Amino acid sequence: MATLARTMERKSESTITVAYEHPWVVRVAHWLGAVAVCVLITSGLRIFLAFPSFGPKIPQQNFFVLPPKSITLGGWLAGGLQWHFTFMWIFVASGVAYLVYQAVSGHWRQVLFLPRDIKGVWPMARHYFLLGKKPDVVEAYNPLQKLAYTSTILFGIVSTLTGMVMYKPAQFWWLAWPMGGYHYARIWHFVAMCGFVAFIPGHLMMVELHGWNNFYSMITGWKREPEYRK
Amino acid sequence: MADQHQLTPGDEHAPHPSSPVEAGAEHTAARQNNRETSHPDNATDAIDDVTYVAEQRGPAGEPIREMSARERRGINRRELLKLAPVVVIGAFAIPQTREPLLNAGLGLSDWAAGILFGRRRLAQQYSNNEVAPFQRFPYNYYDVADPEVDLERWTLTVEGQVQKPGEYKLAQIQALPKVVQNTRHVCVEGWDVIGNFGGTRASDFLRLVGADLSARYLEVTCVDDYYESIDMETVLHPQTLFCYEMYGQPLDRGHGAPLRLQMPTKLGYKQAKYLDSIRVTNVLSRGKRGYWEDQGYDWYGGL
Repeated sequence: MATLARTMERKSESTITVAYEHPWVVRVAHWLGAVAVCVLITSGLRIFLAFPSFGPKIPQQNFFVLPPKSITLGGWLAGGLQWHFTFMWIFVASGVAYLVYQAVSGHWRQVLFLPRDIKGVWPMARHYFLLGKKPDVVEAYNPLQKLAYTSTILFGIVSTLTGMVMYKPAQFWWLAWPMGGYHYARIWHFVAMCGFVAFIPGHLMMVELHGWNNFYSMITGWKREPEYRK
Repeated sequence: MADQHQLTPGDEHAPHPSSPVEAGAEHTAARQNNRETSHPDNATDAIDDVTYVAEQRGPAGEPIREMSARERRGINRRELLKLAPVVVIGAFAIPQTREPLLNAGLGLSDWAAGILFGRRRLAQQYSNNEVAPFQRFPYNYYDVADPEVDLERWTLTVEGQVQKPGEYKLAQIQALPKVVQNTRHVCVEGWDVIGNFGGTRASDFLRLVGADLSARYLEVTCVDDYYESIDMETVLHPQTLFCYEMYGQPLDRGHGAPLRLQMPTKLGYKQAKYLDSIRVTNVLSRGKRGYWEDQGYDWYGGL
């Protein structure tokens, strides 16, 4: 740890500008959530391989493309379930801790994607993917970031609720109704997983593009030489 | 001020939560300033007009400031230590600690499932036209589809904490009130099928044999050497059946003739077929919990 702290400081031995970005709860929730999402995706795909279909058992129509077993976790169905049923608690706990913190601190106003942010999404996307002009920075998080972060919360909520319906349908039958019925829970659960799978590479790419100071900031909470410093 | 406002849009609606010390200090300083320059009678009005010193804040609300390399090292070390909870899950990567941890996770899930279980909450029942055709009801078995039960001579052995242990004929079970229900059979693999089941309430039969209903488990063994154990709360659930009929016909051999468990509040692997014996007990004999459970599936298996 001390080594990591030194590595992170090697570049600048002098006094520099720093900003406190991520409180402890947010950082712990981020990293626990990150690990949990990876475990849940890979073990979830292992569970899916036991019956790679969204229809009935007879006749069984397999999903058109199957995830390779090598990227799955757990070895067999029971193993996948063990990982899934263990990390679902870590996932939900870190998600709830994050949401409670954001609600109590008022910081949700910085991150929550609202209708007024819609108009800012395209200019930001054009900047990133089509090398357009960078829109003026007016808030801590730009509209595209807000959309991405808010989406992950949505994926988390959807995957939790659909997971509850699949896990305990006799107890949570009333939750299945707004999803379109019991069989849709499995489909929406899969869709939410795809959402996370789409988010992760984009998220990592942005961290790489915007410099490792962002990464260190999510570890120590402090951002060195914040780019929004006026 | 404009910059600060842009960075923390929440400011205009609510005071920022973090860093009360700095904000408070500025506030007080500004207030004193106003007191000195304004007439005492206007002091209250002046406080409302206080402007904060323009100091830029980071997204977490703390002021952006200068920090020496030495202070940064100290802070980094402290903050890294505070991430210990994240490091702890690294124990899942170590083979020696992984298994106990995953078992603990499964145990936690089973414990929560037991809490969640509603004694009188019924699993959904379905109309006849929602029931899958009999041909679409899968035959699932772990070893052989037909263990060749001698249906003529078959009896159910009743043991354990019961007043009337012994061998019971199918007719004795069928003499009890018959329950027919359309319920969903859910396999742990992910498929499910709505079927039509008929049988005797397990609770009725347990009362007939004088079972100790405060015991913790019902253990069952099967003609094909399959075995299971069920929590008594689920056994006594009104939809838990000793099932001898499907789709109005006597159970066929593939579905577990002559008698099987049928519990719409449990996963398929708990629904033991070709029942041979039942045992009411507080302790699982030989420490055996169930054929699949002993290999890593969760014991509660509740729905």
